[in-house]
Amino acid sequence: MLLDFEKPIAELEQKLDDMKQLAVESDANVADAIKVLEQNILKVKKETYTNLTRWQRVQLSRHQNRPYTLDYIHEMCDNFVELHGDRNIADDKAMVGGFGDVNGQTVMFIGQQKGRNTKQRQYRNFGMANPEGYRKALRLMRLAEKFDKPIVTLIDTPGAFPGIEAEERGQAEAIARNIKEMFTLKVPVICIVIGEGASGGALGIAVGDKVMMLENTWYSVISPENCSTILWRSWDYKEQAAEALKLTADDMKGFKLIDEIIPEPLGGAHANPKSTYETVKQVILKEIKALQKLSTEELVNRRIEKFSGMGEVQE
Amino acid sequence: MHQTSHSIRFLYKGRYPPVLVPLTTCYPKNKHMAWYKREKKGIITPTSAKKETPEGHWYKCPKCKNVMNSRDHKQNAYTCIECNFHARIGSKEYFEVFFDKNEFTELDANMMSGDPLNFSDTKTYPTRIQQSQYKSGLKDAVRTGHGKMKGENIVLAVMDFGFIGGSMGSVVGEKISRAIDFAREKKYPLIVVSKSGGARMMEAGYSLMQMAKTSAKLALLAEAKVPYISLLTDPTTGGVSASFSMLGDFNIAEPEALIGFAGPRIIRETIGRDLPEGFQTSEYLLEHGFLDFIIDRTEMKNKLAGLIKMLK
Repeated sequence: MLLDFEKPIAELEQKLDDMKQLAVESDANVADAIKVLEQNILKVKKETYTNLTRWQRVQLSRHQNRPYTLDYIHEMCDNFVELHGDRNIADDKAMVGGFGDVNGQTVMFIGQQKGRNTKQRQYRNFGMANPEGYRKALRLMRLAEKFDKPIVTLIDTPGAFPGIEAEERGQAEAIARNIKEMFTLKVPVICIVIGEGASGGALGIAVGDKVMMLENTWYSVISPENCSTILWRSWDYKEQAAEALKLTADDMKGFKLIDEIIPEPLGGAHANPKSTYETVKQVILKEIKALQKLSTEELVNRRIEKFSGMGEVQE
Repeated sequence: MHQTSHSIRFLYKGRYPPVLVPLTTCYPKNKHMAWYKREKKGIITPTSAKKETPEGHWYKCPKCKNVMNSRDHKQNAYTCIECNFHARIGSKEYFEVFFDKNEFTELDANMMSGDPLNFSDTKTYPTRIQQSQYKSGLKDAVRTGHGKMKGENIVLAVMDFGFIGGSMGSVVGEKISRAIDFAREKKYPLIVVSKSGGARMMEAGYSLMQMAKTSAKLALLAEAKVPYISLLTDPTTGGVSASFSMLGDFNIAEPEALIGFAGPRIIRETIGRDLPEGFQTSEYLLEHGFLDFIIDRTEMKNKLAGLIKMLK
């Protein structure tokens, strides 16, 4: 499945492959033509990916080949021990976590997990956690705090799950508690939006000393589709809603609502996953090193102060 | 003659001079004919509309349809004297209910919303704000203040559903945060009355971060051991329920309020089946362990003042 704006590039790439094939099969001298075509592809790619609309970035953030939480964890860690359950009701498959070693540094990883095929998607509930998921996350965060290990959360969710059982078990309370408790954690907390960052479901694991977004992700109070449904009373205005919500990494950094943007390879994270993992890994190691220099008091105070300054009012 | 015409003019409000109608057309021609002729077919005014009383003097309960004197309704803390239905009221009314003699000092009364995103849907955000301000007479969706409740100092924040659905943007987040700071400084117990559809879309990312900001302030308030009572009223959903309103030392609610994370419509659409009766009501939340108690508005002041005294 290709996105609309990926198609022209894919066509050119197909042409390039054909040409290379031709070069192998016959003696035709196409080296120059190949060179021209390669340059052309690069040019088109750069043009496309530097001028993406907000809606196109939303599409990229949901790209089915995009790396998910466990992909990052497995690729970045030398050793990973996954931990399960909220010790109360269940193990939420949409929220994963555990201790992992990154270049000798033990880190508590927590994040929403999406599935890649229909079966997996159902198993992971489309990355929509239930209250037990948020409580599992909080349990793991406290565990990390106990052993003085930094926490890295990877955010990728279309929202917290809206269901009967979720309400019954207190979805609102679970998210609210996480947000509040994360302000009191005495270890460094790094939060990275790797895909979709939808509303409270994202924020429930996204209160940190450093909040970052990958280049082609979105983070806002509502998805463009739902915003369109509510404000325009139709699903069809999602592009406009995406523009209005200003939900991209650039926007959020501009508003100072996040701290950093992590660049993606040309074509998006899925175009070159290996380099994406490496970039994210280096960013994590660098930030942990910087944050570990702060005392716990400084850490907590700065975290509270940072979020306290967010908002724009007239007096 | 002149005299007569003048007096007729004085009494007669119709067309002048009056048109004389032949007598034969004025009474039924035979015994089956009615005196008056109905020109339109059927009764077109629905009964419910007919029972409507002029605003001001009388209040009609939307639940039991009983009509009562507005003054009685007000004295009963805006709850129905027949069926106990809790009408949706705003900050002005809650201030009356809570503060002794309705005396209080308002905090940040003039804070207003900016338009950080330059947001526009079917209308621009500043237009929406202006229209809401004009319609409601309020500056934004929350008012905060401090004063005495049964002689006890309290800080009170009350949300107004009448202002863009009680939605939380920067102003709501900031005013509640400052009210929390004030409570912490003075060591006055804090009561927040929530009534909101959730975060305000027109401030997108900013609105979302108000959930974090208010929760951060509550973490500090908890550290200072200042009591925080969260009163959830009809309706409390979305970003407000998923932040400060669920974080009380005491989470209490008015009867039969709608309280939840996702709205009922969204849940119905997601799961594709009907919702159980009484789902997401105060009573449902109490049953599932998320509320300390449900309380009638008429007893609220006494009970909360009593609770606050116990914590001293």
